[in-house]
Amino acid sequence: MTKSSEIRIPANQIPVAKRTDASIAVVGNPNSGKSTLFNRLTGLKQRIGNYPGVTVERHVGYLKYEDKTTELIDLPGTHSLSAHSLEERIAVDVIFGRIKGTAMPDGILAVLDATNLYQGLFLVQQLVELELPTVVALTMTDAAEKAGIQVDTAELSALLGVPVYPVVATTGAGLEMLRRALSDIRNLAPPRRVRIWPELTAAAEQLAAGADTSIRFAEVERLLIDGATESNAGVLEKLDASAKAHLDDMRRALFADEPPIARDARIRYAWVRDVLGKVQKSAPSFVTWRSRITDFLNRPVPGTIGLFLVMAIVFQAVFAWATPLMDIIDAGSSALGGAVFQLLGDNAFSSLIADGIIAGVGSVVIFLPQILILFVFIILLEDSGYLARAAYLMDRAMRSVGLSGQSIIPMISSFACAVPGIMATRVIPNRRDRIATIMAAPFMTCSARLPVYALLIAAFVPATSVGFLNLQGLVLFGLYIFGIVMGILTALLLRKTSLRGPKPPFALMLPEFRRPNLQTVMIQLLGRAKVFLRRAGTVIFAVAVIVWALAYFPRTDQIDPGLDANTAAAIQMEQSWLGRAGKFVEPVFAPLGWDWRVSSAVIAGFPAREVVVAVLGTVFAVGDEADEGTLSGRLKSATRADGTLLFTLPMVIGLLIFYACCLQCAATLAIIRRETNTWRWPIFGWVYMTAIGYLGAMLAYQIGTA
Amino acid sequence: MRHNGDTMASLKRGQKAIIRAVDAGDPQVQRLMVLGLVEGAEVEHASSAIGGDPMEFRLFGCGISLRLEHARHFHVAPVVAGD
Repeated sequence: MTKSSEIRIPANQIPVAKRTDASIAVVGNPNSGKSTLFNRLTGLKQRIGNYPGVTVERHVGYLKYEDKTTELIDLPGTHSLSAHSLEERIAVDVIFGRIKGTAMPDGILAVLDATNLYQGLFLVQQLVELELPTVVALTMTDAAEKAGIQVDTAELSALLGVPVYPVVATTGAGLEMLRRALSDIRNLAPPRRVRIWPELTAAAEQLAAGADTSIRFAEVERLLIDGATESNAGVLEKLDASAKAHLDDMRRALFADEPPIARDARIRYAWVRDVLGKVQKSAPSFVTWRSRITDFLNRPVPGTIGLFLVMAIVFQAVFAWATPLMDIIDAGSSALGGAVFQLLGDNAFSSLIADGIIAGVGSVVIFLPQILILFVFIILLEDSGYLARAAYLMDRAMRSVGLSGQSIIPMISSFACAVPGIMATRVIPNRRDRIATIMAAPFMTCSARLPVYALLIAAFVPATSVGFLNLQGLVLFGLYIFGIVMGILTALLLRKTSLRGPKPPFALMLPEFRRPNLQTVMIQLLGRAKVFLRRAGTVIFAVAVIVWALAYFPRTDQIDPGLDANTAAAIQMEQSWLGRAGKFVEPVFAPLGWDWRVSSAVIAGFPAREVVVAVLGTVFAVGDEADEGTLSGRLKSATRADGTLLFTLPMVIGLLIFYACCLQCAATLAIIRRETNTWRWPIFGWVYMTAIGYLGAMLAYQIGTA
Repeated sequence: MRHNGDTMASLKRGQKAIIRAVDAGDPQVQRLMVLGLVEGAEVEHASSAIGGDPMEFRLFGCGISLRLEHARHFHVAPVVAGD
């Protein structure tokens, strides 16, 4: 039976009921309060996805007002409609409707920071030229008033030709009017064109004559400024053939004495200064606590000392404050495990629940306090504007290793977890610089390395005092420094070889210190906690169960019932799948001084390094030293078959070096794949870091033992 | 107009100046122009990192930092007190 008569409609042409009444792009400078306003307007009615083919997140929210639903698209912050970075290109492509499957927005919500009208108006002026219905939200009006800046919104609205609504996103003042205006955007007339660059307008009119009628005038003007690029190929198509041929000549005539971007900036900022003179009244600002702090931290030496002090406080807090909470979680999970055995008896099921799930997941959840404390600091530092200052202060040092100050933010974030750290590299516009930073980030001592370090240091480094410092703390500090040095060397190596290229540009906006908004901090913190717990609940849960099963099966019935429980368990472990795997790879790790038990633990830790602690717990709980109580005590007395100690100092140092280097983290590999859009970098990173860890551990063991 | 040798890089801490000319050939300098460092804009040298590089300037009330090598491309006329 033939189906040729059937009418086929391409999927994207099937008519569907439109869910929303209008679609509005939210556009503004970075740090203009755009995302806070977007969160305020849409609340929890948000969806986060990705733009096709790139790693930029697509934030869409819905604004309900009376009977209307309006779709808001929160675009990455941009300074201009001539895109510079990948994120800016996405913003521009959405505005012009160039993203596949997404139509041009029905209107624009331009977010204008009252404390930075100069750069804000430069963008808003370009947005008004699009001749789309546009609403301006003037944010940070409270901060502007405190700084002595007054804005004549009526005059500003008249000069721009679009309505301007002052709002305070943190308190919600002025939001009601803005909501109403946005919901009614389809009835708003587009602004008439402000002609500030007559030569460009004339050239664009000449170029567009005879073009496809669907062409946007603003796009033709932009084509003259930017020249033909990958993004605006569609515009070029719509021009008639002779216009296309003339494009280069016209650009040469227009920009004979000055590069297009420079001319564009000069002309528009001249207009902005003119407008500022009419709408902005600055009262002499008085000295506030903020300006005093800023002034002090602006001096080079106090600024740098301050930066190191801030980092020292953060690390102290992460270790000192988290300990009581971690003790509670630790005690809780062992009590829970004991209760399970009491309730269900000693069988495979209770072992799965207690030894597999509770012990495995518990050994990871125990790091939640540390991670949350670290994230509180990172979020506070970011929201207060301090991280930008850190980037500024560290730029010179970072430049000496071929990176820029902008890499410092991803690097510092990676001390909590490389995953958000690698995501934070999106702020780096230069691709080579960004990849070098991504490859350096996993060397930073993340919170998942801490359990391994904590266990081995507590067991094998004596708690003696070195001056006023503690040797254990000193070794931990040394491991942090080791990670930083390895990361920097890696970045340097890459920038000198496969990522060689011109020095990355550096221009950083340094915002005033702001008091972070509690709601914003909490929303971000909960988001981070959710990501970590979801990982503990899925990846770690699965790994815990798999590792438990590998260690529990196959059961053997050839154990002499006369043997004590611990020895019987040891024999069981040795002939389990995990024990067999450990024995199989033992020769590979023999030059590092590892026996089959350590090898099995390391194997089990490849998807998530923190699992190694849980597995060491299992493997060494079943030895004949199990009555020694704590895991570190059991590791200390663990012996080889010949009776010599297994964990000698060279072997432990090697193991620490291995964990400082090795990329045992499936989540990091996945995020590198996502952020670089290729398998090449995660594979390279894994092989490179594992090889360095192996060689380092081997050197430490061989030199120390020889 | 030809420049008299003063650039943003030669400003002292706390000194104000108006940008008079920009060597705009370098794309990195053009990027700084997009951020508002153009002819006619008033800048104030607010601070320097250790070693004098990068420098921070106030531009219409906002902080912007740039490297010495880029600051040299912006020729300025210092604002004399009481001007």
